[in-house]
Amino acid sequence: MNLTSFLQDRRLTIALKGEIDHHSAKCIMEEIGKRIDQYLPLTCVLDFKEVSFMDSSGIAVVIFALRREREFGGVTYLQNVPAQPLKVLKTAGIEKIAEIR
Amino acid sequence: MKSENYINLTFPSRSCNEAFARSAIAAFASQLDPTLDELGDVKTAVSEAVTNCIVHAYPDCVGEIQLRAWIVEGNTLMIQIRDRGVGIEDLDKAREPMFTTGGCERSGMGFTIMQTFMNELKILSQPGKGTTVRMKRILGRRGVRA
Repeated sequence: MNLTSFLQDRRLTIALKGEIDHHSAKCIMEEIGKRIDQYLPLTCVLDFKEVSFMDSSGIAVVIFALRREREFGGVTYLQNVPAQPLKVLKTAGIEKIAEIR
Repeated sequence: MKSENYINLTFPSRSCNEAFARSAIAAFASQLDPTLDELGDVKTAVSEAVTNCIVHAYPDCVGEIQLRAWIVEGNTLMIQIRDRGVGIEDLDKAREPMFTTGGCERSGMGFTIMQTFMNELKILSQPGKGTTVRMKRILGRRGVRA
């Protein structure tokens, strides 16, 4: 799993890529945490466009980003979520705590 | 019930084998001509079951995970994932959404996802002896409306 990020006007977009499972989740969380701590964004956008698979480990990743961003008073939303990860996220009711665009 | 085809795989409980298990079940299920959504559901359920073995069944060691799959009645995929790890003390608790003993890296949604994404889920567990998860999914019903 690689991820890239883009900062503009204190909006940090983190583009996730590849498969999110228990094997990759810890590294992804560490990387997301580092970037939020570094840039202190007002808005954190998790972009799922290039996520080819996600299991419930991805739910923990999203909750981690939400909590970390909230510590700074910021908001997190998700965008470009393909059908398979979307079904996993909706099973957990993530849309009730984070906007999915 | 006589199975028409089957696989029987055994692999160590290393997290790199989560992707292997998903790929293996997807390749086996493909002969039933599933839709992409169906294949995604099966891969997700298997990923959850195998991850449970790695995280919970063998928390401090590497043990063996057995993945069996077989086809019955033409278009029904049966999957069994078995470990000989620590077992589950309280199955009802383990099945509750958002309950986990795996810390903040886990969401506690594994069994809920298996239950939601598959047609049937059965869990047999004995503390100290291991856990068997058996799942059923009817596949390849393109164009058939439930």
